[in-house]
Amino acid sequence: MLEVTLSDPGQPTLNVEFTCSSGQLLALVGPSGAGKSTVLRCIAGLHEAAQGQIRSNNRDWFNSDNKVNLTPQHRRVGFVFQNYALFPHLTVSENIQLAQTDKTDVIVTTDLLSRVRLTGLDNRYPHELSGGQQQRVAIARALARNPDVLLLDEPFSAVDKVTRRKLYLELNSLRRQLDMPIILVTHDLDEAAMLADTLVVIHHGKTLQQGEPEQLLHKPNTADIAKLVDVRNLFTGRLINKNNSFKLEWNNIELDLEQDYSSELNGQSSLPVSWTISPAKVILHQRVKPSRGEQENPVQASIIEMLTLRGVTTILLKLSTDNHELIQMDISEHVATRNQLAVDNMISVSLLSSAIHLIYN
Amino acid sequence: MMDWQALVISLKLASFTCLALLPIGLVIAYVLARSQFFGRGFCEALITLPLVLPPTVLGYFLLVSMDQNSFLGDSFVSLTGQHLAFSFMGLWFASLIYSLPFAVQPMLRSLEQIQPELREMAWCSGLSKWKTFLKIELPLAWPGIVTAMVLTFSHTLGEFGVVLMIGGNIAGETRTLSIAIYDSVLAFEHEQAQMMSLTLLAIALVTITIVYTFNRRHRHLLRL
Repeated sequence: MLEVTLSDPGQPTLNVEFTCSSGQLLALVGPSGAGKSTVLRCIAGLHEAAQGQIRSNNRDWFNSDNKVNLTPQHRRVGFVFQNYALFPHLTVSENIQLAQTDKTDVIVTTDLLSRVRLTGLDNRYPHELSGGQQQRVAIARALARNPDVLLLDEPFSAVDKVTRRKLYLELNSLRRQLDMPIILVTHDLDEAAMLADTLVVIHHGKTLQQGEPEQLLHKPNTADIAKLVDVRNLFTGRLINKNNSFKLEWNNIELDLEQDYSSELNGQSSLPVSWTISPAKVILHQRVKPSRGEQENPVQASIIEMLTLRGVTTILLKLSTDNHELIQMDISEHVATRNQLAVDNMISVSLLSSAIHLIYN
Repeated sequence: MMDWQALVISLKLASFTCLALLPIGLVIAYVLARSQFFGRGFCEALITLPLVLPPTVLGYFLLVSMDQNSFLGDSFVSLTGQHLAFSFMGLWFASLIYSLPFAVQPMLRSLEQIQPELREMAWCSGLSKWKTFLKIELPLAWPGIVTAMVLTFSHTLGEFGVVLMIGGNIAGETRTLSIAIYDSVLAFEHEQAQMMSLTLLAIALVTITIVYTFNRRHRHLLRL
């Protein structure tokens, strides 16, 4: 278990708090310069925050109150740097052996090489390896010390997209064999959502929200987080109580809501809110085969734009009311084809009330 | 005819200077490369000064500092009973000063070129700062160190102005090959001057060629 609480008013500013259990992969996400890598460097002992605590397995690595600050040599971290930082004058096996507790134990080196599928490349120099192979050496070296925590700083940014997809699968398979907390720093939300059990959004050195990928991407706590996690349908409206039935007033449309919002309204008749809906939860009323849920918040819309990528068609819709805002909908490519959807078509969609997430300003 | 005694003095001076400047230069270069402190720019300027200062000016100041009435000259006399000026020791001391930039600059540049992540990675791998220096920084800075040593050797071997000011022209003590060449020219012994000049030229050419070849191979090996 890794517990991190850090604050620093200086440059870079820090105000972060999160925990990561053994065997869990936690992704720190946020835009470039958000302070993600600084947090990783604090955990490794390469940067000292003004205040806070870093505990690994109930042992203080850093505690500003007790003046504890272990050196990187005493923290037992496995660190994979963005550019891998392989020692260019050492072979693959020498790179790994350098980090081993028993530097002469060849069996450990061989075992690590086979775990990352690099058997037979032990005598190569880093410049003789591909980007993907270099990353695997960096991971093997990080594991060579039998670390308490594995830190991965943008480990996929230095490889091409095709290699990246392979490495995602490899990391996913490798992490199942590891029982230490793994912290991944990335600015790629899809990558984080794909690999991590927990996401922590960081912006300007501050943790904004921690949660499971599904929850964080579809139910952000604030409009700022929604923008940071690239929520595609983010609007403003008013929550209203209409005869004890709660509605979302969005320009000239009233949308039904599922939950009881009386505590949020706190006696008021209405409350300004931001709201989101996942593009996958905007349901097309199929022309050939009507589906259930057609009665749920039905709206008429015209298709402004269509874009298909890897079997998913993203459709940009303009509602046929005075509402000028555009809403995005994701449907399977074959559904779009079967319904003969095209730009300028008028279609009918449902905004599922269970998928509407309100954010209080 | 070749002045073998002068050649031996020159080679001895160049070798001793190299041996002393290897650790001194490395320590200075490491401190400059790895730490930020007030007056860093001034220190760098001071080390580089002998590169731009006329050798006679540098020689003059060194000669004054070695005078028996100065702190350095007086301390040396009380310690050894000998004078620094016009002795091999004085010449060696002067060589350390005027060859310092030739030793420090290449070492400094090569240490600065090492990515900070490599040192940090070594620490995270459990290596102490000393072991990181020995196993990571020293091998990676090796071309710079070799360049520094060769430049120091060649430069010391050929220095004239400072040597004349500090050492004078005492045969078997301070008379180096470059002084011997000067003497030969003044005495119209052109054949002798030519032979000795060609010897210095050959030494310089061979050492520089070795450095370039070594550095190219090292760079090729590391793809730097």
